Amino acid sequence: MSAFRNSVQAAIPALRRYARALTRDAEIADDLVQDTLVRALRSEHLFHEGDMRSWLYTILTNLNRNRLRTLARRPTLASIEEEDPPGASGPDTGARDIERALATLVGDQRAALLLVVLEGLSYREVAEVQGVPIGTVMSRLARARAQLRAYLDGERPPIRRVK
Amino acid sequence: MVDRDAPIPEAELHAYVDGELPADRRGAVEAWLTAHPQDAARVAAWRAQADLINARYADVAQEPIPPQLDLDRLGRIDRRRPLLAIAAVVAAFVLGGVAGWFGRDTWAGGISGMRMFTADAIDAHKLYVVEVRHPVEVAGSEQAHLVQWLSKRLGYEVRAPDLGAMGLKLIGGRLLPGASGAGAALLMYEGPSGERFTIYCARSQSPESALRYREAGAVAAFYWVDDNKGFVVSGPADRDRLLGVAQSVYDQENAPTDKTRG
Repeated sequence: MSAFRNSVQAAIPALRRYARALTRDAEIADDLVQDTLVRALRSEHLFHEGDMRSWLYTILTNLNRNRLRTLARRPTLASIEEEDPPGASGPDTGARDIERALATLVGDQRAALLLVVLEGLSYREVAEVQGVPIGTVMSRLARARAQLRAYLDGERPPIRRVK
Repeated sequence: MVDRDAPIPEAELHAYVDGELPADRRGAVEAWLTAHPQDAARVAAWRAQADLINARYADVAQEPIPPQLDLDRLGRIDRRRPLLAIAAVVAAFVLGGVAGWFGRDTWAGGISGMRMFTADAIDAHKLYVVEVRHPVEVAGSEQAHLVQWLSKRLGYEVRAPDLGAMGLKLIGGRLLPGASGAGAALLMYEGPSGERFTIYCARSQSPESALRYREAGAVAAFYWVDDNKGFVVSGPADRDRLLGVAQSVYDQENAPTDKTRG
């Protein structure tokens, strides 16, 4: 296997983790990772230098942004997909709470937060991945954290019920 | 009590939590937090969020990597279309205004669109394979007419792949409304024990993708997008057999014709 392939291979576990947290759906997440890998293999000649992980995070982040845009054009399906199964309050409430809380974030804010706290990227790296200045990364991070805190502290939007 | 030090901006609190604060500022921030419980509570809450996120998702990186993500396989699928792949890269750069890294803001449609496309195809498959008397509009015995008719109606070349090597015979095909009303072709094949497979083909705005697998109860499908056309090969949920059929369809779709050669 080439050095390029080896470093793509080494990044797969982290990509899956990031994608899972971004989408909160195992199947969609692995589809995203698959598309990311296909793009990466295809564009090996475009990867000259720099950090492989950041490059792959960039591709995945953009693919996910496009996915969300498509969902936004189909509001009913989007809300079904984001909806939790009824009666969801098992023993794993903490895990479910954080999933729900993440779901309330704007896409770019969620990505910024996850890249920092889950993937351990520096602010500078996140700025490169998202293609924005560091100041924008920091305000996304600040808004994401404020929103999560409000949600986890109980200021939850009312859950829609279907009778 | 009066704070003699200047207040710490929120950005520095984030930087402190994320290990991005210059070492010479740590002391000042820590002193500030000791004196300001509200900010200390904020910082503690941010750390707790990070812990929750890691507790929930860190393990994903320890899971075995599914075969869907095997690089050799993905590379193999990709290598078959070197010219098209290069064309796609070029197009992406032109459309994206050479925004920088490849993959930025260039792929409209996407996974969710393809999901619904596949659902339409599987619905059509389920609806028609159970038909005994009228599974198709035009029979396979009139293959030339069938292919010509569908190509004319859809505005692009529709092929009826020869799946004889897989033990499948063309029963025929029909025209369907398709997702956006643009029309779709459904071709049906039958195996020795009466099992039926369909190929659903329609225009798709989704980006090109590798072969993907979906199972919906007793029915399964492989699907992909290529050259603005989406393909869904559906059949009984036997992954290996279906993969063989899908590969064969894929290969024949991508075989050069006189038209593409000239």
